[in-house]
Amino acid sequence: MGAIQPKVGEPVSDELALVNAAKAGDVGAFEELIRRYDRNVFRIAQHIVQNREDAEDVVQEAFFKAYSNLAQFQGQSKFYTWLVRIAVNEALMKLRRRRPERTVSLDEDVKTEDDSVPREVADWSPNPEQQYNQAELREILDKTIHGLPATFRTVFVLRDVEGLSTEETAEALDLSIPAVKSRLLRARLQLRERLNKYFQRREKSNGAQKPSSGDGSR
Amino acid sequence: MKCSEFLHELTDYLDGVIDANTKAELDEHLAWCHNCYVVCDTTKKTIEIYRDSQLYELPENLRTKLRSAIVQKCQSRKKSSS
Repeated sequence: MGAIQPKVGEPVSDELALVNAAKAGDVGAFEELIRRYDRNVFRIAQHIVQNREDAEDVVQEAFFKAYSNLAQFQGQSKFYTWLVRIAVNEALMKLRRRRPERTVSLDEDVKTEDDSVPREVADWSPNPEQQYNQAELREILDKTIHGLPATFRTVFVLRDVEGLSTEETAEALDLSIPAVKSRLLRARLQLRERLNKYFQRREKSNGAQKPSSGDGSR
Repeated sequence: MKCSEFLHELTDYLDGVIDANTKAELDEHLAWCHNCYVVCDTTKKTIEIYRDSQLYELPENLRTKLRSAIVQKCQSRKKSSS
């Protein structure tokens, strides 16, 4: 079985020039950086906060904070990794404010009992996503990732959706590489387990019915 | 190799960051263990479905609105600090 092909990122060769111009006060250069990364920041934010209005706020706050603190960006990491770090922190702060009764931290002690061991092993249809239309599929994926702890969602979106490397993810989240890897494995396995009920291959004799995607489990 | 050992290596295996010897052992395990094959295959599909899903795309009109709001804040900060 082949490995997953990562998304190819845009070239960043002129990025440092843009960052330097923005540092010198060129807001137009910073606007170009916003254009480059606003979609990524929004996607990351919404994966974490799970709500569009809060994700919009996170985008605004993260870029403004990045602009205000550009002097602190030393260029040792990519600008994008630095920006993601700011955006993740803003998003987690939003979550904490929304749910003060629950501590939300990337270091949260994730239960040690293995909740990721596959319980249900069923093969999926060859192109499972084609069983649903775009809107149904998005609803399923949204609802499924919603059930994961914030720390798993965050690692999953950075590594698997945005295509950051393990090292970049560790840097952006201030986690060790083994911590990133273990959270990623558990996130992937839990999502797989939860998607089983929508995507598993069905025998015709059982009636090839789709499970309802609106079972109100969120 | 036991299934639990296979599972432990699954992330590196799927990411293709594994040495040739370990990969050969994992491939051999996959060749006879149907359960691990299915878990590996469906985990790979999970990742690909999420990656290609266009979940949480930023609509163009909202994108423009957010960008101009950010630029405006940056400009007023620039004015106040100069």
